[in-house]
Amino acid sequence: MDTTAFVALLSSVLFTIGVLGVLLRRSALLIFMSVELMLNAANLAFVSFAHRWNQLDGQVIVFFVMAVAAAEVAVGLALIVTIFRTKRSTNVDELSALRG
Amino acid sequence: MADLIVLVLLGAVSVASALGLLLSRNAIYAALFLVLNFGVGAVIYLLLNAPFLAVVQVSVYAGAIMVLFLFVIMLLGAERLSPAEDPPGASFQRPLAIGLGAALLGLAAYVLFIRQPVAIAPATPIDSSPTAVGLALFGDYLFPFEVISVLLLVAMIGAVILTRDR
Repeated sequence: MDTTAFVALLSSVLFTIGVLGVLLRRSALLIFMSVELMLNAANLAFVSFAHRWNQLDGQVIVFFVMAVAAAEVAVGLALIVTIFRTKRSTNVDELSALRG
Repeated sequence: MADLIVLVLLGAVSVASALGLLLSRNAIYAALFLVLNFGVGAVIYLLLNAPFLAVVQVSVYAGAIMVLFLFVIMLLGAERLSPAEDPPGASFQRPLAIGLGAALLGLAAYVLFIRQPVAIAPATPIDSSPTAVGLALFGDYLFPFEVISVLLLVAMIGAVILTRDR
């Protein structure tokens, strides 16, 4: 097994753990962290394939993914803080109403 | 070969910290497990000839993003996670989620390993120094780069408007 195959396998395992986190955890913060884990797994695959194909484009895409993740975290955490102010909870099972 | 041994060790730490994130009962511990995971990812980037991304991973992901997470967790006082009891009528969710996760992993392994990839002609190793990445960013990828900067500005304004006191 070469390094590309191993990192691809590691990436799919990490992505699956992230999916399980989104499906199993009830706290909005934990769900959000699991999404970050999935983004990171995708980045690992990008970098390993960029290494395999000897091209820089994969690394540039990872840079863009990181920038989008930063924007997403800023907005997402602002939403969580706002929801916590009204509901006093980050448990997604209690956030089923579509009004404030 | 030495690379692969180091990678296997790093991969074990990476998967263990991801499982720690999945199973921990305290949001602070979960965030710290994720920091460990991102740090291991940075070392893997170094092994894969991506030094610029390794530094960005540490400073942006493990630094800025996770500090924001820890800040919000402590600000809200949401460290203690309620024990994960299933809501009424949803006890099927946990086995279903584990089954779907196993199916996803199997699918990824099938696509990556069973279907044979096309043969790759070995190319000459490229220069992946920060200089080369910067030239690519401001050459071929100039327009996406500018779009990203607008996106970050929009996200910043959105976060300020969402959290301001009314």
